[in-house]
Amino acid sequence: MSFNIVVLAKQVIDPEAPTASYRIDGSAGKLEVDSSQKIAPVINGFCENAIEAALQIKEAVGDATVSVISAGSDFVMDVMKKAVSMGSDEMYLLQDEKFSNLNDSSITAKLLASAIKKIGDYDLVIAGMQASDWDQAQVPLGIAEILGVPCVPIARKIEIKDGRAICERATDAGYETVSAPLPSVITVNNEFGQPRYPTLRNIMAAARKTPITWDATELGLSDDDLSPRIKIVDLFIPEKQSQCEIIEGEDEEEMGRNLALKMREAKLI
Amino acid sequence: MSEILLVGEVNGGNLAEATAELIAHGKPLAESLTSTISVALLDQDSSSAAQEAISKGADKVYNIKDSLLGTYQTDAYLASLAKLIQETNPIAVLVAKTEIGADIGARLAFRVDTGIVQDCIEVSVNGDNKIQANRPVFGGNCIATVVCESTPMMALIRPKTKEPLDADSGRSGEIVDFNADLDESVIKNQVVERVEEVQEGIRLEDAARIVGGGRGMNGPEPFDNELKDLADTMGAAIGASRAAVDIGWVPYSYQIGLTGKKVAPDLYLLVGISGASQHMAGCSGSKNLVAVNKDPDANIFKDARFGVVGDWEKVLPALTQQLKELM
Repeated sequence: MSFNIVVLAKQVIDPEAPTASYRIDGSAGKLEVDSSQKIAPVINGFCENAIEAALQIKEAVGDATVSVISAGSDFVMDVMKKAVSMGSDEMYLLQDEKFSNLNDSSITAKLLASAIKKIGDYDLVIAGMQASDWDQAQVPLGIAEILGVPCVPIARKIEIKDGRAICERATDAGYETVSAPLPSVITVNNEFGQPRYPTLRNIMAAARKTPITWDATELGLSDDDLSPRIKIVDLFIPEKQSQCEIIEGEDEEEMGRNLALKMREAKLI
Repeated sequence: MSEILLVGEVNGGNLAEATAELIAHGKPLAESLTSTISVALLDQDSSSAAQEAISKGADKVYNIKDSLLGTYQTDAYLASLAKLIQETNPIAVLVAKTEIGADIGARLAFRVDTGIVQDCIEVSVNGDNKIQANRPVFGGNCIATVVCESTPMMALIRPKTKEPLDADSGRSGEIVDFNADLDESVIKNQVVERVEEVQEGIRLEDAARIVGGGRGMNGPEPFDNELKDLADTMGAAIGASRAAVDIGWVPYSYQIGLTGKKVAPDLYLLVGISGASQHMAGCSGSKNLVAVNKDPDANIFKDARFGVVGDWEKVLPALTQQLKELM
């Protein structure tokens, strides 16, 4: 029987986009990048790590299927296709006007959990530890609660053995190995190695693949399910004043020496 | 009277610093909401920590007892706290974003069917008697003000964002035992082993001085050579930006930033680190930042106190040599 892995992937604004390109609607809790800047969104970095982790597990397990799920209202397909062209088998897009600007994790978790239930047969849900837009690190944890399955956050190694996921995770003091019965939800950090580049063969295969799309009704979500539990009432860029003293010198060696003297003078050393 | 419940932690028999800070965050909220501060402790040996919590501002301490509670185990902690919340019905629940807090905060919120504001740096009560928090978002580029719209109102608060209150041994409070009465079936995950890694040199989180390297190091070697020489000379620990970890030059344990370690040394010297807000979110508590970067427009020069615009390969050996002569 095939081993089914579900990966959560999120389209986010490019974290490298300069703040000058931000267009903020504070009271709506909404941030977009100025469209004239032509800065394409990206798949969240930790989500790419999650796809990489899923593909590594698929290789280790042998007979496995990797399905990517994403929720939103405005997908850029050239960006999202990368999840498939990296080597995933299926893609599900949860797309609805009601899913725009998902900044309340309780709603996001609910709709992703509904999709996972609709897919039905899953052994493992893998997600990135955190998204680079709202930085909440809680959607996968919420999904585990809704599905009532075990959860291992921030793993750096996963091995599937005898119906369990054996995960290594970093702790403040070192690391721990946690064994969770399947199915379970696991989030990963950036220690699974560089996410693989799509091969030409996979890029062509991805181009032929049509994602499966579901809206709120198809997911069986009521307006009550989509009512917020937290609300962003303001959003702003904090002001910063530069007071940096640039250390001068004839050449870079002298700058280095002068920096040492300056640090001593300021009693930093 | 309604309670604000704080998820407390015990460290070697003493109240964890993060919990003392959490009480300081909770106190003004309790005043605005005319409620009291209760702290839940789940450690078997919590009697002196309970007293300490009261002396630092708590009105009540719940000592949660169960044979399944011992060393931290997520499922057991979650089930105990969910039960306490269901039985005591607090108006708000605050959790410190420690290793344990980050692990259970969100899941606890979902389990008791409420929302939680993550990674708050400031909490207050708004005109509608709702808890409102400021939190960094978009890698720290922006601040969002977020209001709790469901009860209990929950917030996960970043450590080191408030000083604990001074201890007052004259304060009195109530210490209550709470029996969690856990069923063994709640335990799903097994901790197979826990390994303490003895880090060479100084622990990053405790270091008074840190030298950090980023993408600009151009390879793993400088972390063992130039950067290490400088760190050894200064008596500093070595850290890195996420970029350097992503490429694989140094392990994750070196990573400082929003998704790595949070540090607050007296002196943090950043080499080849551009100062992206993702990184700065992990070191914003540092007293003095010093930057060496060849890009004069690098963001780090907005945050640093002293800066050298130059190539580290030339700057660092001279800096290290001069420091050796001074120290």
